[in-house]
Amino acid sequence: MCAALNPVARQGLAVLDADEIRRALTRIAHEILERTHGGEEVVLLGVPTRGVPLARRLAERIGQFEGLEIPCGSLDVTLHRDDLRLRPARALGRTELPAGGVDGKTVVLVDDVLYSGRTVRAALDALTDLGRPRTVQLAVLVDRGHRELPIRADYVGKNLPTSQREMVHVLLTEVDGTDAVLIGDGSPGDRSPDASSPSARSPDASSPSTTSTTSSPGTTAAHGGPAASEASFAHRTAAEVRKASRPDDTAAGSRTSGGSGGLVSTPRKTQ
Amino acid sequence: MNRHLISAADLSRDDSLLILDTAEELASIADRPIKKLPTLRGRTVVNLFFEDSTRTRISFEAAAKRLSADVINFSAKGSSVAKGESLKDTALTLEAMGADAVVIRHGASGAAHRLARWVRGTVVNAGDGTHEHPTQALLDAFTIRRRLLGIERARGQGLDGMRVTIVGDVLHSRVARSNVLLLSTLGAHVTLAAPPTLLPLAVGSWPCGVSYDLDSELPKSDAVMMLRVQQERMTAAYFPSVREYSRRYGLDATRMTRLPDHAIVMHPGPMNRGVEIAAEVADSPRSTIVEQVANGVTVRMAVLYLLLGGAELPAVTQ
Repeated sequence: MCAALNPVARQGLAVLDADEIRRALTRIAHEILERTHGGEEVVLLGVPTRGVPLARRLAERIGQFEGLEIPCGSLDVTLHRDDLRLRPARALGRTELPAGGVDGKTVVLVDDVLYSGRTVRAALDALTDLGRPRTVQLAVLVDRGHRELPIRADYVGKNLPTSQREMVHVLLTEVDGTDAVLIGDGSPGDRSPDASSPSARSPDASSPSTTSTTSSPGTTAAHGGPAASEASFAHRTAAEVRKASRPDDTAAGSRTSGGSGGLVSTPRKTQ
Repeated sequence: MNRHLISAADLSRDDSLLILDTAEELASIADRPIKKLPTLRGRTVVNLFFEDSTRTRISFEAAAKRLSADVINFSAKGSSVAKGESLKDTALTLEAMGADAVVIRHGASGAAHRLARWVRGTVVNAGDGTHEHPTQALLDAFTIRRRLLGIERARGQGLDGMRVTIVGDVLHSRVARSNVLLLSTLGAHVTLAAPPTLLPLAVGSWPCGVSYDLDSELPKSDAVMMLRVQQERMTAAYFPSVREYSRRYGLDATRMTRLPDHAIVMHPGPMNRGVEIAAEVADSPRSTIVEQVANGVTVRMAVLYLLLGGAELPAVTQ
Protein backbone atom coordinates (compact mmCIF):
# COMPACT_ATOMS: atom_id res chain seq x y z
CA MET A 1 0.00 0.00 0.00
CA CYS A 2 2.95 2.25 -0.27
CA ALA A 3 2.04 5.09 -2.57
CA ALA A 4 5.60 5.58 -3.73
CA LEU A 5 5.84 2.03 -5.07
CA ASN A 6 2.62 2.19 -6.98
CA PRO A 7 3.04 3.17 -10.62
CA VAL A 8 -0.27 5.03 -10.59
CA ALA A 9 0.18 6.69 -7.22
CA ARG A 10 0.65 10.10 -8.76
CA GLN A 11 -3.08 10.11 -9.58
CA GLY A 12 -3.94 9.88 -5.92
CA LEU A 13 -3.29 7.76 -2.89
CA ALA A 14 -3.70 4.04 -3.38
CA VAL A 15 -6.08 2.58 -0.83
CA LEU A 16 -6.25 -0.91 -2.34
CA ASP A 17 -3.52 -2.56 -4.36
CA ALA A 18 -3.82 -5.48 -6.75
CA ASP A 19 -3.42 -8.13 -4.04
CA GLU A 20 -6.00 -6.50 -1.83
CA ILE A 21 -8.48 -6.28 -4.71
CA ARG A 22 -7.85 -9.95 -5.42
CA ARG A 23 -8.47 -10.91 -1.78
CA ALA A 24 -11.62 -8.77 -1.59
CA LEU A 25 -13.04 -10.42 -4.71
CA THR A 26 -12.18 -13.86 -3.39
CA ARG A 27 -14.04 -13.09 -0.18
CA ILE A 28 -17.05 -11.71 -2.08
CA ALA A 29 -17.12 -14.84 -4.25
CA HIS A 30 -17.25 -16.99 -1.11
CA GLU A 31 -19.94 -14.78 0.40
CA ILE A 32 -22.07 -15.05 -2.74
CA LEU A 33 -21.79 -18.85 -2.59
CA GLU A 34 -22.70 -18.81 1.09
CA ARG A 35 -25.65 -16.47 0.79
CA THR A 36 -27.09 -18.18 -2.28
CA HIS A 37 -26.62 -21.71 -0.89
CA GLY A 38 -24.03 -22.85 -3.38
CA GLY A 39 -24.64 -20.43 -6.22
CA GLU A 40 -27.63 -22.20 -7.74
CA GLU A 41 -29.53 -20.05 -10.23
CA VAL A 42 -27.17 -17.12 -9.76
CA VAL A 43 -26.58 -14.67 -12.62
CA LEU A 44 -23.85 -12.02 -12.34
CA LEU A 45 -24.55 -8.77 -14.18
CA GLY A 46 -21.79 -6.17 -14.33
CA VAL A 47 -22.57 -2.50 -14.81
CA PRO A 48 -20.30 -1.02 -17.54
CA THR A 49 -17.56 -0.02 -17.63
CA ARG A 50 -15.74 -1.56 -14.67
CA GLY A 51 -18.52 -3.66 -13.24
CA VAL A 52 -18.25 -6.00 -16.22
CA PRO A 53 -14.68 -7.24 -15.66
CA LEU A 54 -15.40 -7.46 -11.93
CA ALA A 55 -18.42 -9.69 -12.61
CA ARG A 56 -16.27 -11.88 -14.85
CA ARG A 57 -13.60 -12.21 -12.18
CA LEU A 58 -16.21 -13.19 -9.59
CA ALA A 59 -17.71 -15.80 -11.94
CA GLU A 60 -14.24 -17.18 -12.59
CA ARG A 61 -13.52 -17.51 -8.86
CA ILE A 62 -16.86 -19.14 -8.12
CA GLY A 63 -16.08 -21.56 -10.94
CA GLN A 64 -12.74 -22.40 -9.32
CA PHE A 65 -14.22 -22.93 -5.87
CA GLU A 66 -17.29 -24.96 -6.78
CA GLY A 67 -16.69 -26.13 -10.33
CA LEU A 68 -19.84 -24.32 -11.25
CA GLU A 69 -20.34 -22.17 -14.31
CA ILE A 70 -22.06 -18.96 -13.28
CA PRO A 71 -23.76 -17.08 -16.14
CA CYS A 72 -22.28 -13.64 -16.47
CA GLY A 73 -23.43 -10.60 -18.44
CA SER A 74 -23.53 -6.84 -18.55
CA LEU A 75 -26.29 -4.33 -17.91
CA ASP A 76 -25.97 -0.81 -19.26
CA VAL A 77 -28.00 1.69 -17.26
CA THR A 78 -27.37 4.88 -19.24
CA LEU A 79 -30.86 5.10 -20.72
CA HIS A 80 -32.41 4.72 -17.27
CA ARG A 81 -30.31 7.32 -15.46
CA ASP A 82 -31.94 10.25 -13.72
CA ASP A 83 -29.14 12.68 -14.54
CA LEU A 84 -29.26 12.42 -18.33
CA ARG A 85 -30.43 16.00 -18.68
CA LEU A 86 -27.50 17.34 -16.72
CA ARG A 87 -24.95 16.46 -19.35
CA PRO A 88 -24.80 16.04 -23.12
CA ALA A 89 -25.98 12.66 -24.29
CA ARG A 90 -23.35 10.04 -23.66
CA ALA A 91 -22.34 6.90 -25.47
CA LEU A 92 -24.08 3.71 -24.44
CA GLY A 93 -22.46 0.66 -22.92
CA ARG A 94 -23.37 -2.88 -23.80
CA THR A 95 -26.22 -4.88 -22.36
CA GLU A 96 -25.70 -8.59 -22.78
CA LEU A 97 -27.79 -11.11 -20.94
CA PRO A 98 -26.64 -14.70 -20.55
CA ALA A 99 -28.60 -17.19 -22.64
CA GLY A 100 -30.84 -18.24 -19.75
CA GLY A 101 -32.12 -14.71 -19.15
CA VAL A 102 -32.90 -13.41 -15.66
CA ASP A 103 -36.42 -14.69 -15.02
CA GLY A 104 -36.63 -16.49 -11.69
CA LYS A 105 -32.87 -16.14 -11.13
CA THR A 106 -30.88 -14.60 -8.30
CA VAL A 107 -29.29 -11.65 -10.01
CA VAL A 108 -26.17 -10.17 -8.43
CA LEU A 109 -25.45 -6.70 -9.81
CA VAL A 110 -21.73 -5.94 -9.79
CA ASP A 111 -20.20 -2.49 -9.84
CA ASP A 112 -16.95 -0.84 -8.88
CA VAL A 113 -17.98 2.02 -6.58
CA LEU A 114 -21.21 2.51 -4.62
CA TYR A 115 -21.78 6.20 -3.94
CA SER A 116 -25.14 7.97 -4.27
CA GLY A 117 -26.95 4.76 -5.19
CA ARG A 118 -28.43 6.33 -8.30
CA THR A 119 -26.70 3.99 -10.70
CA VAL A 120 -28.07 1.03 -8.79
CA ARG A 121 -31.55 2.57 -8.90
CA ALA A 122 -31.19 2.88 -12.68
CA ALA A 123 -29.89 -0.69 -12.87
CA LEU A 124 -32.95 -1.98 -10.97
CA ASP A 125 -35.21 -0.22 -13.47
CA ALA A 126 -33.24 -1.54 -16.43
CA LEU A 127 -33.46 -5.03 -14.97
CA THR A 128 -37.24 -4.80 -14.59
CA ASP A 129 -37.53 -4.24 -18.34
CA LEU A 130 -35.50 -7.36 -19.05
CA GLY A 131 -37.40 -9.82 -16.90
CA ARG A 132 -38.39 -10.72 -13.38
CA PRO A 133 -35.54 -12.05 -11.25
CA ARG A 134 -36.43 -13.89 -8.03
CA THR A 135 -34.05 -11.71 -6.02
CA VAL A 136 -31.60 -8.96 -6.82
CA GLN A 137 -28.42 -8.48 -4.81
CA LEU A 138 -25.62 -5.97 -5.09
CA ALA A 139 -21.87 -6.51 -4.97
CA VAL A 140 -19.43 -3.58 -5.06
CA LEU A 141 -15.69 -3.33 -4.78
CA VAL A 142 -15.78 -0.04 -2.86
CA ASP A 143 -18.57 1.51 -0.82
CA ARG A 144 -17.67 5.16 -0.34
CA GLY A 145 -20.84 6.26 1.50
CA HIS A 146 -22.97 9.37 0.84
CA ARG A 147 -26.07 7.48 -0.25
CA GLU A 148 -28.90 9.58 -1.66
CA LEU A 149 -31.32 6.68 -2.01
CA PRO A 150 -32.30 3.84 0.31
CA ILE A 151 -29.92 1.35 -1.25
CA ARG A 152 -27.25 -0.83 0.35
CA ALA A 153 -24.83 -3.39 -0.95
CA ASP A 154 -25.03 -7.08 -0.03
CA TYR A 155 -21.34 -7.68 -0.69
CA VAL A 156 -18.70 -5.01 -0.16
CA GLY A 157 -15.00 -5.33 -0.97
CA LYS A 158 -13.95 -2.33 1.09
CA ASN A 159 -15.84 0.31 3.04
CA LEU A 160 -14.06 3.54 2.28
CA PRO A 161 -15.19 6.57 4.24
CA THR A 162 -14.72 9.62 2.05
CA SER A 163 -15.69 13.22 1.85
CA GLN A 164 -17.85 14.23 -1.08
CA ARG A 165 -15.02 16.37 -2.39
CA GLU A 166 -12.78 13.39 -2.80
CA MET A 167 -12.74 11.19 -5.84
CA VAL A 168 -12.42 7.46 -5.84
CA HIS A 169 -10.91 5.85 -8.91
CA VAL A 170 -11.02 2.13 -9.51
CA LEU A 171 -8.48 0.90 -12.02
CA LEU A 172 -8.76 -2.61 -13.42
CA THR A 173 -6.30 -4.45 -15.59
CA GLU A 174 -8.91 -5.23 -18.26
CA VAL A 175 -9.73 -1.54 -18.73
CA ASP A 176 -6.83 0.47 -17.35
CA GLY A 177 -3.91 -1.94 -17.54
CA THR A 178 -3.43 -2.13 -13.78
CA ASP A 179 -5.35 -3.00 -10.62
CA ALA A 180 -5.74 -0.33 -7.93
CA VAL A 181 -8.22 1.74 -6.00
CA LEU A 182 -7.09 5.35 -5.67
CA ILE A 183 -8.42 8.20 -3.64
CA GLY A 184 -7.75 11.77 -4.69
CA ASP A 185 -8.64 15.13 -3.29
CA GLY A 186 -10.48 17.26 -5.82
CA SER A 187 -9.76 20.51 -4.01
CA PRO A 188 -11.28 23.59 -5.69
CA GLY A 189 -7.89 25.24 -6.22
CA ASP A 190 -6.84 22.32 -8.33
CA ARG A 191 -9.86 22.31 -10.54
CA SER A 192 -8.80 21.98 -14.08
CA PRO A 193 -11.04 22.80 -17.03
CA ASP A 194 -12.14 19.24 -16.59
CA ALA A 195 -14.01 20.19 -13.44
CA SER A 196 -17.42 19.79 -14.99
CA SER A 197 -16.64 16.27 -16.08
CA PRO A 198 -18.52 13.43 -14.45
CA SER A 199 -16.10 12.57 -11.71
CA ALA A 200 -15.80 16.08 -10.38
CA ARG A 201 -19.49 16.72 -10.13
CA SER A 202 -20.25 14.89 -7.00
CA PRO A 203 -23.57 13.56 -5.95
CA ASP A 204 -25.84 13.66 -8.97
CA ALA A 205 -23.26 12.41 -11.40
CA SER A 206 -21.68 9.90 -9.17
CA SER A 207 -22.19 6.68 -10.98
CA PRO A 208 -19.53 4.20 -10.05
CA SER A 209 -18.40 3.82 -13.57
CA THR A 210 -18.33 7.54 -14.23
CA THR A 211 -16.66 8.15 -10.90
CA SER A 212 -13.70 6.47 -12.37
CA THR A 213 -13.82 7.37 -16.02
CA THR A 214 -11.43 10.27 -16.00
CA SER A 215 -8.49 8.03 -15.39
CA SER A 216 -9.04 5.75 -18.32
CA PRO A 217 -8.30 7.12 -21.74
CA GLY A 218 -11.07 6.70 -24.21
CA THR A 219 -13.73 4.90 -22.23
CA THR A 220 -16.52 7.43 -22.54
CA ALA A 221 -17.42 10.40 -24.65
CA ALA A 222 -17.27 12.72 -21.67
CA HIS A 223 -13.69 11.86 -21.00
CA GLY A 224 -11.43 14.77 -20.17
CA GLY A 225 -8.02 13.29 -20.95
CA PRO A 226 -5.40 11.83 -18.66
CA ALA A 227 -3.60 15.11 -18.13
CA ALA A 228 -6.76 16.83 -16.99
CA SER A 229 -7.64 14.06 -14.59
CA GLU A 230 -4.20 14.09 -13.07
CA ALA A 231 -4.37 17.80 -12.54
CA SER A 232 -7.57 17.46 -10.60
CA PHE A 233 -5.89 15.27 -8.04
CA ALA A 234 -3.79 16.60 -5.23
CA HIS A 235 -1.60 14.30 -3.25
CA ARG A 236 -2.70 13.39 0.19
CA THR A 237 -0.45 12.09 2.86
CA ALA A 238 -1.20 8.82 4.53
CA ALA A 239 -1.93 10.70 7.72
CA GLU A 240 -4.65 12.68 6.02
CA VAL A 241 -6.24 9.53 4.75
CA ARG A 242 -6.21 8.00 8.21
CA LYS A 243 -7.81 11.15 9.55
CA ALA A 244 -10.48 11.11 6.87
CA SER A 245 -11.12 7.47 7.60
CA ARG A 246 -12.47 8.26 11.05
CA PRO A 247 -16.22 8.42 10.82
CA ASP A 248 -16.57 11.75 12.66
CA ASP A 249 -14.13 13.40 10.30
CA THR A 250 -15.97 12.09 7.34
CA ALA A 251 -19.14 13.66 8.55
CA ALA A 252 -17.34 16.92 9.14
CA GLY A 253 -15.79 16.69 5.72
CA SER A 254 -19.10 16.33 4.01
CA ARG A 255 -20.55 19.18 6.04
CA THR A 256 -17.79 21.58 5.20
CA SER A 257 -17.97 20.70 1.56
CA GLY A 258 -21.62 21.64 1.82
CA GLY A 259 -22.37 19.41 -1.11
CA SER A 260 -21.06 22.18 -3.25
CA GLY A 261 -17.38 21.41 -3.58
CA GLY A 262 -17.94 19.11 -6.49
CA LEU A 263 -21.22 20.50 -7.74
CA VAL A 264 -20.00 22.36 -10.72
CA SER A 265 -22.98 22.86 -12.92
CA THR A 266 -21.25 24.61 -15.78
CA PRO A 267 -22.69 23.11 -18.93
CA ARG A 268 -20.05 21.58 -21.11
CA LYS A 269 -19.57 22.69 -24.64
CA THR A 270 -19.77 19.85 -27.03
CA GLN A 271 -19.00 21.38 -30.33
CA MET B 1 -22.73 16.63 -32.72
CA ASN B 2 -24.84 19.51 -33.93
CA ARG B 3 -28.09 20.36 -32.28
CA HIS B 4 -29.99 19.61 -35.48
CA LEU B 5 -29.69 16.88 -38.09
CA ILE B 6 -30.24 18.65 -41.40
CA SER B 7 -27.64 17.16 -43.69
CA ALA B 8 -25.37 14.14 -43.74
CA ALA B 9 -22.59 16.63 -44.52
CA ASP B 10 -22.88 17.97 -40.96
CA LEU B 11 -21.83 14.60 -39.55
CA SER B 12 -18.17 13.96 -38.96
CA ARG B 13 -16.85 10.43 -39.04
CA ASP B 14 -16.89 10.34 -35.23
CA ASP B 15 -20.47 11.63 -35.08
CA SER B 16 -21.58 9.02 -37.59
CA LEU B 17 -19.84 6.21 -35.74
CA LEU B 18 -21.35 7.40 -32.45
CA ILE B 19 -24.83 7.22 -33.99
CA LEU B 20 -24.20 3.80 -35.55
CA ASP B 21 -22.68 2.37 -32.35
CA THR B 22 -25.52 3.78 -30.25
CA ALA B 23 -27.95 2.16 -32.68
CA GLU B 24 -26.04 -1.10 -32.31
CA GLU B 25 -26.69 -1.04 -28.55
CA LEU B 26 -30.32 -0.06 -29.05
CA ALA B 27 -30.92 -2.83 -31.59
CA SER B 28 -31.33 -5.43 -28.86
CA ILE B 29 -34.39 -3.60 -27.56
CA ALA B 30 -36.43 -4.82 -30.52
CA ASP B 31 -35.98 -8.38 -29.22
CA ARG B 32 -37.06 -7.66 -25.67
CA PRO B 33 -40.48 -8.32 -24.19
CA ILE B 34 -40.71 -4.67 -23.14
CA LYS B 35 -39.67 -2.48 -26.05
CA LYS B 36 -39.64 0.72 -24.11
CA LEU B 37 -37.07 2.94 -22.42
CA PRO B 38 -37.80 5.88 -20.12
CA THR B 39 -35.06 8.05 -21.63
CA LEU B 40 -37.12 10.79 -23.34
CA ARG B 41 -39.98 10.88 -20.85
CA GLY B 42 -41.65 14.28 -20.85
CA ARG B 43 -40.16 15.35 -24.18
CA THR B 44 -42.38 16.12 -27.15
CA VAL B 45 -41.53 15.14 -30.72
CA VAL B 46 -43.63 16.60 -33.53
CA ASN B 47 -43.74 14.74 -36.83
CA LEU B 48 -44.34 17.51 -39.35
CA PHE B 49 -45.07 15.83 -42.66
CA PHE B 50 -45.94 17.95 -45.68
CA GLU B 51 -45.36 15.05 -48.07
CA ASP B 52 -46.80 11.56 -48.05
CA SER B 53 -44.74 8.99 -46.24
CA THR B 54 -45.38 5.59 -44.76
CA ARG B 55 -42.19 4.15 -43.44
CA THR B 56 -40.34 7.29 -42.41
CA ARG B 57 -43.21 8.74 -40.40
CA ILE B 58 -44.10 5.44 -38.74
CA SER B 59 -40.43 4.77 -38.13
CA PHE B 60 -39.89 8.12 -36.39
CA GLU B 61 -43.08 7.65 -34.42
CA ALA B 62 -42.08 4.17 -33.26
CA ALA B 63 -38.58 5.39 -32.39
CA ALA B 64 -39.86 8.32 -30.31
CA LYS B 65 -42.45 6.16 -28.56
CA ARG B 66 -39.93 3.46 -27.67
CA LEU B 67 -37.94 6.17 -25.93
CA SER B 68 -41.12 7.32 -24.11
CA ALA B 69 -41.37 10.71 -25.83
CA ASP B 70 -44.79 12.18 -26.55
CA VAL B 71 -45.46 12.19 -30.26
CA ILE B 72 -47.68 14.62 -32.14
CA ASN B 73 -48.33 13.75 -35.75
CA PHE B 74 -49.02 16.51 -38.19
CA SER B 75 -49.75 15.98 -41.83
CA ALA B 76 -50.46 18.77 -44.26
CA LYS B 77 -53.70 17.19 -45.37
CA GLY B 78 -56.50 18.24 -43.07
CA SER B 79 -54.44 20.94 -41.34
CA SER B 80 -54.39 24.71 -41.64
CA VAL B 81 -51.74 24.33 -44.33
CA ALA B 82 -54.63 23.37 -46.59
CA LYS B 83 -56.04 26.81 -45.74
CA GLY B 84 -52.85 28.51 -46.82
CA GLU B 85 -50.81 28.74 -43.61
CA SER B 86 -47.10 29.24 -44.26
CA LEU B 87 -44.32 26.97 -43.03
CA LYS B 88 -43.13 29.67 -40.67
CA ASP B 89 -46.55 30.18 -39.06
CA THR B 90 -46.97 26.44 -38.70
CA ALA B 91 -43.54 26.25 -37.10
CA LEU B 92 -44.35 29.03 -34.65
CA THR B 93 -47.57 27.29 -33.69
CA LEU B 94 -45.66 24.10 -32.93
CA GLU B 95 -43.08 26.11 -31.03
CA ALA B 96 -45.80 27.58 -28.85
CA MET B 97 -47.01 24.09 -28.08
CA GLY B 98 -43.59 23.25 -26.67
CA ALA B 99 -42.11 20.83 -29.17
CA ASP B 100 -38.64 19.69 -28.12
CA ALA B 101 -37.96 18.23 -31.55
CA VAL B 102 -39.52 18.68 -34.95
CA VAL B 103 -39.13 15.93 -37.52
CA ILE B 104 -39.88 17.55 -40.85
CA ARG B 105 -40.54 16.21 -44.31
CA HIS B 106 -41.22 18.83 -46.94
CA GLY B 107 -41.37 19.00 -50.72
CA ALA B 108 -39.06 22.00 -50.86
CA SER B 109 -35.30 21.54 -50.63
CA GLY B 110 -33.96 23.52 -47.69
CA ALA B 111 -37.20 23.49 -45.69
CA ALA B 112 -35.54 21.82 -42.70
CA HIS B 113 -32.71 24.34 -42.78
CA ARG B 114 -35.19 27.25 -42.74
CA LEU B 115 -37.19 25.67 -39.95
CA ALA B 116 -34.09 25.30 -37.78
CA ARG B 117 -33.78 29.09 -37.66
CA TRP B 118 -37.38 29.57 -36.58
CA VAL B 119 -37.77 27.10 -33.76
CA ARG B 120 -35.89 26.68 -30.52
CA GLY B 121 -36.19 22.89 -30.53
CA THR B 122 -34.12 20.36 -32.40
CA VAL B 123 -34.89 19.89 -36.09
CA VAL B 124 -34.46 16.52 -37.75
CA ASN B 125 -34.66 16.42 -41.53
CA ALA B 126 -36.82 13.52 -42.69
CA GLY B 127 -36.47 14.44 -46.34
CA ASP B 128 -36.56 17.90 -47.94
CA GLY B 129 -37.40 17.97 -51.63
CA THR B 130 -34.54 16.54 -53.68
CA HIS B 131 -31.95 17.67 -51.15
CA GLU B 132 -31.26 15.26 -48.29
CA HIS B 133 -32.61 12.47 -46.11
CA PRO B 134 -29.87 11.93 -43.54
CA THR B 135 -31.57 9.32 -41.33
CA GLN B 136 -32.10 7.13 -44.41
CA ALA B 137 -28.38 7.31 -45.14
CA LEU B 138 -27.61 6.43 -41.51
CA LEU B 139 -29.88 3.40 -41.59
CA ASP B 140 -28.36 2.32 -44.91
CA ALA B 141 -24.85 2.63 -43.49
CA PHE B 142 -25.99 0.71 -40.40
CA THR B 143 -27.47 -2.05 -42.59
CA ILE B 144 -24.35 -2.31 -44.76
CA ARG B 145 -22.08 -2.44 -41.73
CA ARG B 146 -24.15 -5.11 -39.98
CA ARG B 147 -24.55 -7.31 -43.04
CA LEU B 148 -21.03 -7.09 -44.42
CA LEU B 149 -19.03 -7.04 -41.16
CA GLY B 150 -21.37 -9.09 -38.97
CA ILE B 151 -23.11 -7.86 -35.82
CA GLU B 152 -20.24 -8.84 -33.55
CA ARG B 153 -17.53 -7.12 -35.55
CA ALA B 154 -19.52 -4.05 -36.53
CA ARG B 155 -19.05 -1.90 -33.41
CA GLY B 156 -16.71 1.02 -33.84
CA GLN B 157 -15.96 0.17 -37.48
CA GLY B 158 -16.37 2.42 -40.50
CA LEU B 159 -17.09 1.20 -44.01
CA ASP B 160 -13.51 1.59 -45.15
CA GLY B 161 -12.77 0.13 -48.56
CA MET B 162 -16.31 -1.05 -49.20
CA ARG B 163 -17.74 -0.41 -52.63
CA VAL B 164 -21.31 0.79 -52.81
CA THR B 165 -23.09 1.35 -56.11
CA ILE B 166 -26.14 3.61 -56.13
CA VAL B 167 -28.30 2.99 -59.18
CA GLY B 168 -31.04 4.94 -60.89
CA ASP B 169 -32.77 8.26 -60.41
CA VAL B 170 -29.99 10.14 -58.63
CA LEU B 171 -31.25 13.49 -59.89
CA HIS B 172 -34.43 13.43 -57.82
CA SER B 173 -33.08 11.37 -54.96
CA ARG B 174 -32.41 12.91 -51.56
CA VAL B 175 -31.48 9.41 -50.42
CA ALA B 176 -28.63 9.29 -52.94
CA ARG B 177 -27.26 12.70 -51.88
CA SER B 178 -27.23 11.83 -48.20
CA ASN B 179 -25.77 8.40 -48.89
CA VAL B 180 -22.94 9.71 -51.05
CA LEU B 181 -21.96 12.14 -48.31
CA LEU B 182 -22.31 9.78 -45.36
CA LEU B 183 -20.88 6.63 -46.93
CA SER B 184 -17.83 8.50 -48.20
CA THR B 185 -17.37 10.07 -44.73
CA LEU B 186 -17.34 6.52 -43.38
CA GLY B 187 -14.66 5.50 -45.88
CA ALA B 188 -16.74 3.65 -48.48
CA HIS B 189 -16.14 4.10 -52.18
CA VAL B 190 -19.43 5.15 -53.77
CA THR B 191 -20.24 4.88 -57.46
CA LEU B 192 -23.37 6.28 -59.06
CA ALA B 193 -24.72 4.29 -61.99
CA ALA B 194 -27.44 6.11 -63.91
CA PRO B 195 -28.44 7.39 -67.30
CA PRO B 196 -26.81 10.79 -67.95
CA THR B 197 -30.21 12.48 -67.86
CA LEU B 198 -30.81 11.32 -64.30
CA LEU B 199 -27.52 12.63 -62.90
CA PRO B 200 -27.34 16.12 -61.43
CA LEU B 201 -25.17 18.71 -63.17
CA ALA B 202 -22.80 19.14 -60.24
CA VAL B 203 -22.18 15.42 -59.79
CA GLY B 204 -18.52 15.96 -60.67
CA SER B 205 -18.01 17.76 -57.36
CA TRP B 206 -19.47 14.93 -55.28
CA PRO B 207 -17.14 12.55 -53.44
CA CYS B 208 -18.04 9.59 -55.67
CA GLY B 209 -17.46 7.95 -59.00
CA VAL B 210 -19.94 7.98 -61.89
CA SER B 211 -20.73 5.30 -64.44
CA TYR B 212 -23.34 4.95 -67.17
CA ASP B 213 -22.89 1.20 -67.35
CA LEU B 214 -24.47 -0.80 -64.54
CA ASP B 215 -23.24 -4.20 -65.73
CA SER B 216 -19.58 -3.27 -65.43
CA GLU B 217 -20.08 -1.91 -61.90
CA LEU B 218 -21.95 -4.89 -60.45
CA PRO B 219 -19.02 -7.36 -60.15
CA LYS B 220 -17.06 -4.75 -58.14
CA SER B 221 -19.86 -3.94 -55.70
CA ASP B 222 -20.23 -5.00 -52.07
CA ALA B 223 -23.65 -3.36 -51.91
CA VAL B 224 -26.03 -2.15 -54.61
CA MET B 225 -28.62 0.42 -53.74
CA MET B 226 -31.51 0.64 -56.18
CA LEU B 227 -33.34 3.97 -56.25
CA ARG B 228 -36.99 4.45 -57.07
CA VAL B 229 -37.78 6.18 -60.34
CA GLN B 230 -39.57 9.23 -58.94
CA GLN B 231 -42.15 9.79 -61.64
CA GLU B 232 -44.03 12.29 -59.45
CA ARG B 233 -41.03 14.65 -59.50
CA MET B 234 -40.29 14.22 -63.20
CA THR B 235 -41.22 17.24 -65.26
CA ALA B 236 -39.65 16.09 -68.50
CA ALA B 237 -38.90 12.88 -70.40
CA TYR B 238 -35.69 11.64 -68.81
CA PHE B 239 -35.70 8.31 -70.62
CA PRO B 240 -37.52 7.01 -73.70
CA SER B 241 -39.67 4.39 -71.95
CA VAL B 242 -39.98 2.63 -68.63
CA ARG B 243 -39.22 -0.63 -70.38
CA GLU B 244 -35.95 0.68 -71.78
CA TYR B 245 -34.95 2.07 -68.39
CA SER B 246 -35.73 -1.23 -66.78
CA ARG B 247 -33.65 -3.13 -69.33
CA ARG B 248 -30.58 -0.98 -68.84
CA TYR B 249 -30.73 0.02 -65.18
CA GLY B 250 -33.21 -2.36 -63.55
CA LEU B 251 -31.87 -5.17 -61.36
CA ASP B 252 -33.34 -8.51 -62.42
CA ALA B 253 -32.37 -12.05 -61.49
CA THR B 254 -29.93 -12.46 -64.40
CA ARG B 255 -28.15 -9.23 -63.64
CA MET B 256 -28.00 -10.11 -59.95
CA THR B 257 -25.77 -13.12 -60.78
CA ARG B 258 -23.02 -10.66 -61.75
CA LEU B 259 -22.73 -9.56 -58.14
CA PRO B 260 -20.08 -11.10 -55.86
CA ASP B 261 -21.48 -13.78 -53.52
CA HIS B 262 -21.36 -11.61 -50.39
CA ALA B 263 -22.96 -8.54 -51.99
CA ILE B 264 -26.29 -7.21 -50.76
CA VAL B 265 -29.14 -5.50 -52.58
CA MET B 266 -30.74 -2.48 -50.95
CA HIS B 267 -33.72 -0.27 -51.71
CA PRO B 268 -34.94 2.65 -49.63
CA GLY B 269 -38.56 1.95 -50.58
CA PRO B 270 -41.21 2.30 -51.76
CA MET B 271 -40.32 -0.08 -54.60
CA ASN B 272 -41.65 -0.13 -58.16
CA ARG B 273 -41.42 -3.87 -58.67
CA GLY B 274 -40.62 -4.61 -62.28
CA VAL B 275 -39.11 -1.17 -62.95
CA GLU B 276 -35.88 -0.64 -60.99
CA ILE B 277 -35.97 -3.98 -59.19
CA ALA B 278 -37.47 -7.31 -60.17
CA ALA B 279 -39.75 -9.10 -57.71
CA GLU B 280 -37.45 -12.14 -57.40
CA VAL B 281 -34.52 -9.86 -56.53
CA ALA B 282 -36.53 -7.91 -53.95
CA ASP B 283 -37.55 -11.16 -52.26
CA SER B 284 -34.15 -12.86 -52.48
CA PRO B 285 -31.97 -13.52 -49.43
CA ARG B 286 -29.51 -10.87 -50.64
CA SER B 287 -32.17 -8.21 -50.33
CA THR B 288 -32.00 -6.15 -47.13
CA ILE B 289 -35.18 -4.20 -47.82
CA VAL B 290 -37.20 -5.42 -44.84
CA GLU B 291 -34.14 -5.27 -42.60
CA GLN B 292 -33.64 -1.63 -43.61
CA VAL B 293 -37.11 -0.80 -42.28
CA ALA B 294 -36.38 -2.49 -38.93
CA ASN B 295 -32.98 -0.80 -38.73
CA GLY B 296 -34.68 2.52 -39.48
CA VAL B 297 -36.46 2.48 -36.13
CA THR B 298 -33.23 1.62 -34.31
CA VAL B 299 -31.16 4.29 -36.03
CA ARG B 300 -33.83 6.96 -35.47
CA MET B 301 -33.93 6.01 -31.80
CA ALA B 302 -30.19 6.59 -31.67
CA VAL B 303 -30.55 9.96 -33.39
CA LEU B 304 -33.36 11.11 -31.09
CA TYR B 305 -31.48 9.92 -28.03
CA LEU B 306 -28.27 11.69 -29.00
CA LEU B 307 -30.05 14.92 -29.95
CA LEU B 308 -32.62 15.04 -27.14
CA GLY B 309 -31.38 12.71 -24.42
CA GLY B 310 -28.73 14.91 -22.87
CA ALA B 311 -28.53 18.42 -21.52
CA GLU B 312 -29.82 21.22 -23.63
CA LEU B 313 -26.82 23.01 -24.97
CA PRO B 314 -26.30 26.56 -23.80
CA ALA B 315 -26.96 29.26 -26.34
CA VAL B 316 -23.28 30.18 -26.74
CA THR B 317 -22.46 27.00 -28.61
CA GLN B 318 -24.97 27.49 -31.36
